[in-house]
Amino acid sequence: MLDMKLLRSHRLWLVSAASMQLALLAVALSIPNAHGAERSSKARGDIQAKLDYCKDCHGRSAQGFHGYFPIPRLAGQQPEYLKNQLQAFIEHRRTNNIMFNVAHSLSPAMIDALAADFRELNPPPLGGGPRRLVSTGEKIFQNGVPEANVAACAACHGPEAQGSGEIPRLAGQLSDYTFNKLVNWSKERGQHPTEPDISAVMSPVAHSLTRPQVEAIAAYLSYLK
Amino acid sequence: MGRIIHTTNAVATKIVALAVLLLIASAFASHAESAMVRNCTWCHGGSAQGYSPAPRLAGQRATYIYQQLASFAFHTRDAPFSKQYMWGAAANLSPAAAHALSVYFSNLPPRAANDGNRELVARGEVIYQRGMSEENIAACVACHGPNAEGIGSIPRIGGLDYTYLRRRLEQWAEGYHGSLEHPMPHIATQLSRDQIEELASYLSFVR
Repeated sequence: MLDMKLLRSHRLWLVSAASMQLALLAVALSIPNAHGAERSSKARGDIQAKLDYCKDCHGRSAQGFHGYFPIPRLAGQQPEYLKNQLQAFIEHRRTNNIMFNVAHSLSPAMIDALAADFRELNPPPLGGGPRRLVSTGEKIFQNGVPEANVAACAACHGPEAQGSGEIPRLAGQLSDYTFNKLVNWSKERGQHPTEPDISAVMSPVAHSLTRPQVEAIAAYLSYLK
Repeated sequence: MGRIIHTTNAVATKIVALAVLLLIASAFASHAESAMVRNCTWCHGGSAQGYSPAPRLAGQRATYIYQQLASFAFHTRDAPFSKQYMWGAAANLSPAAAHALSVYFSNLPPRAANDGNRELVARGEVIYQRGMSEENIAACVACHGPNAEGIGSIPRIGGLDYTYLRRRLEQWAEGYHGSLEHPMPHIATQLSRDQIEELASYLSFVR
């Protein structure tokens, strides 16, 4: 009798111990889940806040903006190119004080997320280059300048200037931005003394083009969708 | 005898006063837009250097002034002083008159107000020139230029008076509107009260 009582209470204890363990397990499992959800929604909030910050300068749809300096279009840009450039600012391979400050506070995860978001945007181009230069620009872009040994831009950037991988999309870029970059290429890009980067590919091209040719290419690209 | 001297004195005083008035009038008349300009300078100061709360217009970007006049006329810029003074002032301006005034004031040489807190200048300069990327605060220099000189429709903000700068930056968060929906309303609401005071202090000394 006594044994039965003892046995029952022992069983009770076992059951309650087991349910306690289950409960503990459930709590233990649920803690990281709750944290994870909270963390990911916070991360999404952080990304949205950072995206809004980017758009303060690059335009509401990342279509670019004419500030004191021309601020480039990021909409539809190749993610790999964007990531590369942000890294180039951090490593001083590409010189730009403002973007150095912007880039060095971004985590790799944040950069991935921002690049993916910009890729999805597709606002109409701002335009702005002289219309009369568009057809000349198109010719150079599609065929190059054979007599100056300049290859067709389309060969790498694509016939619609959409870019690919590390090679940037140029379609819809601000004409004064494209112009400034091309005429200052070797002063702004590939600035690390011991680590040459992919920007070296463009150096001879930028060097061989005349200013009127650069102006024409920039005008053509500024209207391209 | 005494009365004659007195009368002569009175006449002389009147003549002098009249001469002074004529001189002033002719100085104003030398400007084509004299009457219109005078309507502005009553509040914005004789050489348009600003007279708080009316901001300096001298050296301001012509396109910016023109757009602001339009935003007052169409009631998009709606802070209390805008409503009280500028809605009425801009209501009857023709586009040609607004254009003439904008060009006139943009060509006057600006002087810096120099009235901010000097102890906050260094911190304000960092925000202006570099931004605060960790706090998602954009660098002002990208649009307003290295000397806060502005360009086109982007205003010159270097050397404006401290109170005006501070109030403009505060007003977006208070729900008032400027002439733009983007990007200043967002940028301004990212700034803390301290950061606004630092920026306004720095800018008041920029020439």
